[in-house]
Amino acid sequence: MSMMIDIVSWILLLSGGAFVFIGGIGALRMPNFYTRVHAASLTDSMGTILILAGIMLQAGWSLALIKLLAILVFLLLTCPTASYALANAALLSGLKPDAKTLSPDDKGRPTP
Amino acid sequence: MIVLFAIFLLTLLVISAIAIVRVKNLFVAVMLMGIFSLLMASTFFILDAADVALTEAAIGAGVSTIILLSALALTGEHERFATANRWLPLLVVTITTTTIIYATFDKPRLGDPEAPVHQHVAPWYLQNTPELIDIPNVVTAVLASFRGYDTLGEVFVVLTACIGVLFVLGARPEDAPKPAKQQGLRHHLIPKVVGRLLVPFIVLFGLYVQFHGDFGPGGGFQAGAIIATGIMLYAVLEGETAALKAVPSSLLMAMVAGGAILYGGVGVAAILLGGNFLDYSVLSSNPVDGQHLGILLVELGVGITVCGALLSIFHAFAAREHK
Repeated sequence: MSMMIDIVSWILLLSGGAFVFIGGIGALRMPNFYTRVHAASLTDSMGTILILAGIMLQAGWSLALIKLLAILVFLLLTCPTASYALANAALLSGLKPDAKTLSPDDKGRPTP
Repeated sequence: MIVLFAIFLLTLLVISAIAIVRVKNLFVAVMLMGIFSLLMASTFFILDAADVALTEAAIGAGVSTIILLSALALTGEHERFATANRWLPLLVVTITTTTIIYATFDKPRLGDPEAPVHQHVAPWYLQNTPELIDIPNVVTAVLASFRGYDTLGEVFVVLTACIGVLFVLGARPEDAPKPAKQQGLRHHLIPKVVGRLLVPFIVLFGLYVQFHGDFGPGGGFQAGAIIATGIMLYAVLEGETAALKAVPSSLLMAMVAGGAILYGGVGVAAILLGGNFLDYSVLSSNPVDGQHLGILLVELGVGITVCGALLSIFHAFAAREHK
């Protein structure tokens, strides 16, 4: 039984790690600001859920489980909100989500 | 394994420190400083200093980022080019760095049980805390009881610093902000709803950290900062006017002074009951209960002062924006 739990939690941790890794690559390599935010938000949502679920399986029935659950709920509320606020701020400051735009320059303006 | 983590964190710490110095955009620099503080907090945690880590995370990564951002709202976003002579600062930095590196040659290995710091008073604290004070968190026992004078000094440093900053910013409680329109995130539904949901829990968590400080990491400094961030979030969401209605400036002033007075008052009460200044044992018939009561009260004083000071400084910055 504990063997099963270990295997499942390792699968969850590793796939969570993979999501964080993909999110990191995406944040560096994606062509423009909005796609980068989109890639980075992978880390926030799916990576967080999988990694915390993996740790929860390791923690078993204890106080740590409740604390991890609270952290999970907190992150699931705040991280998407932060991504939204970031994208919204960019939109308000005049960065158009246009397919033709490439990466923004230092001043946040889209370069042709 | 943990050494690997520590080296990784320290490398990132150095990278972000260099980035902070090099970057010209001050907004980016503030964000990098938040990351720096978070890395620092993780490093403290790896070194088993949970109380310090919590302080660094709450004050360094949380409150100081907000206060620096509100300062940036008053100034420009770009660093002015320094025309002054660069050789003197370089010389000073070189000399200081060389001295510090030279000093590390005599430093005992990390975690060495034979290190002088572990031979002086620390064994006495560890040995006598269960008997004299009987709380699990030795850090709180040292901070609030054994070294109560030092913490009293720190509280008065916070009080003095707050008074100084308010004088420099020239904000009086009367210059309460003006038009309620155009404040807060009125038209941004998602951050507003989520933020409103979070504020009570942040304040509740602050109270937990405050009153759980005897048993786990936490205490007045951390709790004051956490509660202050909760109210700052409320101010960002609902606007300055609403936040000042909830926690008026006069109350903030009373908190800053009252917390320090509460701390000093516990000391004076100990004298009146026949003990020494800040000797909590006389506060109750049982010395250990007296210590518990004294620690609870002085931690409360610390928390109130820190919360009041941080909020006053935040509101002082915000009030200047409208001038």
